[in-house]
Amino acid sequence: MKHLLSAADLSLAEALTILDTAESMAQTQSRQMKKLPTLRGRSVVNLFFEDSTRTRISFEAAAKRLSADVINFSAKGSSVSKGESLKDTAQTLNAMGIDAVVIRHHASGAPHRLAETDWIDVPIINAGDGTHQHPTQALLDAFTMRRYLCGARDGAPAADGTTLEGLTVAIVGDILHSRVVRSNVDLLHTLGAEVVIVGPPTLIPVGAQTWKARISYDLDEVIRVDRPDAVMTLRVQRERMSGAGGGYFPSPQEYTRAYGLDAERLAALQDHAIVMHPGPMNRGLEISAAAADSPRSTVLQQVANGVFVRMAVLYLLLASDEGLEA
Amino acid sequence: MTSYLITGVAPLGGDPTDILLADGVIAAMGSDAAREALARDDVVTVAGAGLVALPGLVDTHAHLREPGREDAETVETGSRAAALGGYTAVHAMANTDPVADTAGVVEQVFRLGQAAGWVDVHPVGAVSVGLKGEHLAELGAMAGSAARVRMFSDDGACVHDPVLMRRALEYVKAFDGVIAQHAQDPKLTQGAQMHEGVVSSELGLTGWPAVAEESIIARDVLLAEHVGSRLHVLHVSTAGSVEIIRWAKSRGIAVTAEVTPHHLRLTDEYVRSYDPVFKVNPPLRTAADVEAVRQGLADGTIDVVGTDHAPHADEDKDCEWAAGANGMLGLQTALSVVQETMVDTGRMSWADVARVMSGKPAEIGRVADQGRPLAVGEPANVTLVDPNATRTIHRDELASRARNTPYAGMVLPGAVVATFLRGRATVLDGALNR
Repeated sequence: MKHLLSAADLSLAEALTILDTAESMAQTQSRQMKKLPTLRGRSVVNLFFEDSTRTRISFEAAAKRLSADVINFSAKGSSVSKGESLKDTAQTLNAMGIDAVVIRHHASGAPHRLAETDWIDVPIINAGDGTHQHPTQALLDAFTMRRYLCGARDGAPAADGTTLEGLTVAIVGDILHSRVVRSNVDLLHTLGAEVVIVGPPTLIPVGAQTWKARISYDLDEVIRVDRPDAVMTLRVQRERMSGAGGGYFPSPQEYTRAYGLDAERLAALQDHAIVMHPGPMNRGLEISAAAADSPRSTVLQQVANGVFVRMAVLYLLLASDEGLEA
Repeated sequence: MTSYLITGVAPLGGDPTDILLADGVIAAMGSDAAREALARDDVVTVAGAGLVALPGLVDTHAHLREPGREDAETVETGSRAAALGGYTAVHAMANTDPVADTAGVVEQVFRLGQAAGWVDVHPVGAVSVGLKGEHLAELGAMAGSAARVRMFSDDGACVHDPVLMRRALEYVKAFDGVIAQHAQDPKLTQGAQMHEGVVSSELGLTGWPAVAEESIIARDVLLAEHVGSRLHVLHVSTAGSVEIIRWAKSRGIAVTAEVTPHHLRLTDEYVRSYDPVFKVNPPLRTAADVEAVRQGLADGTIDVVGTDHAPHADEDKDCEWAAGANGMLGLQTALSVVQETMVDTGRMSWADVARVMSGKPAEIGRVADQGRPLAVGEPANVTLVDPNATRTIHRDELASRARNTPYAGMVLPGAVVATFLRGRATVLDGALNR
């Protein structure tokens, strides 16, 4: 595999290669000297057509710790109506001789276009495209689950080849607009976990019945019956409360009552269950402060693990002879 | 004027015969044809063995882009594509810039068509001023102009205001006009990128639900019934739409319907490529919808095949999906797609093809001298097609100025060998003939 476009493209062996490599990367990062020479002389472009300080910084840190030169290209506010911008930008970068593109774009499929057209010929890493995919987020989530839900369940490094067989993961919130959930459903299924997606019916896409996940509209029932090992809450954008038809749900209060991870629901979880969130969080809406700050919360570990996973992806696509082939 | 003796050709796929085209009409058929040809000077013989003769094709739905987007297509280049595709008449949609919402613009397009001379170009008039869906355009002036407009449409946009739709349907009764509706509820399709279903849920593209088309069609057939007017439904794309139209026809409502070649042939699975060449409005639907529109075309629920030929410049297609323009080329591939999906599958005869691609389209547009039977004395608008040919579609070999064919690289059956417009060969040996 030359690119990382979608979590659905990863075989079990490829996914485990990335996760195991990320553990190796993590080991190097406990040293005082964190920088590895692996990608010295290579340049990676962070091509961000959409604001995302967190993801950009994570990729930047990952690339820099592998000694790559990092060029940040922010095309914020560039209009979708003039399509030349993506093509011209890609051709410009190609002409400059860069070695990889990390792209965040508001249009679903934009990374696929970079990978499949003749605009540019370097590895493309999808850092989030529209409401489609965000594969490194799913990888860092899986990495986190391996550490906290497998083996000793204490956050220590997972053994090579650890899958998520036997785990149940509930993903709660705005499924319709979430690239995080699409990537997670694909990857978690590949790694052997059961996935339940939970949200109001207005925020679950028509067609999701075919996804490799069960659908529920009732978070309390999922917590009680499915006994999830992890509950991942998704950010609910404020703009979902207005717009066509007056919004996707009646009020933030009603949303929180039905789908917010409050103290009571937190207490109903199994002892070992963890609480995850891809950030940034709306405290008081989809997640309570009690849940966000509880010892179950792996929110900050997810951020830390993101750097290891992105180091692994950059390494495998740029430096390893095998690429992502396992 | 050169006369043409077509020998051994199969009219509508029937028994082979000879046809003599002279003085703009079908002068003779059968054994008379060769004998009468002897009495004339300047006769060219066209070997018709193995070919099917059809009445010249009539398109209810093409975007020729002039005036305004001459970088994508002109009346001249679109007319060439039409002739090469076997057409002798096309209806040119009104969503140009300026919009064809006045007698002046429709007459301009009409005259450009006459000057090009490859096919008869019949301008479609806008229903509302500027396609904005607010005020009726001067439909009477367009009807009374040199362009003699009979079909009116805001195509590209839906006449969504029910009162405006009612008024339009009523108003055009005065000159036997028809309202051709682009059925799309705008609110249900805000930001829509593709058919809403399994594929859109995976691709993360905003869905265009079938109900947004079906609800408008349901409303419009009831309006047409209420005011006793003619309604034509453009580019029917869903199984539900076919059912509603079937029901309306069973009630005797004066509704006709169109399907495009691409909705007969392609599904939303193609969108997985994220290549905007497959982006079109209404969007490519599911395999079940494709089956339903084929069935509807075969059983007469859907009356015509209209190309919705929609040229777009490269910069509007060579981009990310969301930035891509809606529409695909169709004039030079329509007959092949209909042959592949309807004739070669045994669902329709060549006589049926003549009905849905020539006879009915002319009738809906009230074009008197097109879509006529192949009979002595009729206008010599004739298309010869070789049904045994196959061809690979190359985007650079089409006559359109734009290159956005969804069939690039595909092998399609059938090839247009010759097209005659009132006895003049616009296409001979598969090439344009001046």
